[in-house]
Amino acid sequence: LRRREELRCQQAVELLTDYLEGALSRRAQDRLEAHLKTCDGCRAYLEQLRATIAALGQVRLATPDPKVRAELIELYWRYHAGSS
Amino acid sequence: MEKLSTVPATALATGLTPDEHDLLAALLTGDEQAFGQLVDRYFPAMLQVARGFVRTPSAAQEVVQEALLAVVEGLPRFEGRSSLQTWMFRILVNRAKTRGAREGHRVSFGCRRGDRGSHRNDSVLPESTSVSIATGSSTIDPTAPVLNQELGEAICAAVDRLPADQHTVLVLRDIQGWTSPQVCEVLGLSDAKQRILLHRARTGVHARLLRSLNCESALIKLQGLSSSPAA
Repeated sequence: LRRREELRCQQAVELLTDYLEGALSRRAQDRLEAHLKTCDGCRAYLEQLRATIAALGQVRLATPDPKVRAELIELYWRYHAGSS
Repeated sequence: MEKLSTVPATALATGLTPDEHDLLAALLTGDEQAFGQLVDRYFPAMLQVARGFVRTPSAAQEVVQEALLAVVEGLPRFEGRSSLQTWMFRILVNRAKTRGAREGHRVSFGCRRGDRGSHRNDSVLPESTSVSIATGSSTIDPTAPVLNQELGEAICAAVDRLPADQHTVLVLRDIQGWTSPQVCEVLGLSDAKQRILLHRARTGVHARLLRSLNCESALIKLQGLSSSPAA
């Protein structure tokens, strides 16, 4: 890739989250979409980013350990017993 | 209803959802079931956010416990200017930051000079330290049935290695599904700064997934997810 082309790709990649968030100006969005139409690499990168976001959206956080949960409720109970 | 009269009058007129309003009213009467509901609803995300700031899972758990007690103590004075969720996570983040700073762990919020151009080659981000990823310490459940286990573990590791600011934004936005204004309100960030952190976090996770899994297999797994109906 020529240096100029590399810079354009780098700029395009920098804009992808703004693009996905709908935060680009109309002009910036048009420029990015024009670049994506002609650049397989950036288009593939956008798809990978979308897939990464989809994967993150499927992550489930661990539920609290029952013992920890019971301890917290005990603390809450003690606080209320003490303050009433 | 009798119980609702215990909610501060200011909270009635502001940003509380009806659901939060009922929960708050029950909490103010010392309802243990309501507190259990609060723990079940928020503890997992609180723990994951705290993990971004402190060194160990036990320290993160202590931070969450402290934050929840501070929430309980502060409830009678809670004015409902923000949602209950926002208020709770503000308390959590403040406590986690303080604890993290005391431990000298990770970075605080705000853009560091020169960061903007730090991911020139997003698919090959350099690892600054040796790779010793403690997936066992993550509060993400890598065995969640929706994700292939290998991919789940790789995501855990990648998320856990993010700096605190990126980690928190990513957890709240992409894992918890919060909106941008909700995240900005909790973290005191501008929308633009929030998007910069989110972008760095996403590209960082993506790069690490490619590095930790075999690159080709990572792409196949990710493609499978993006083409599934859930995505």
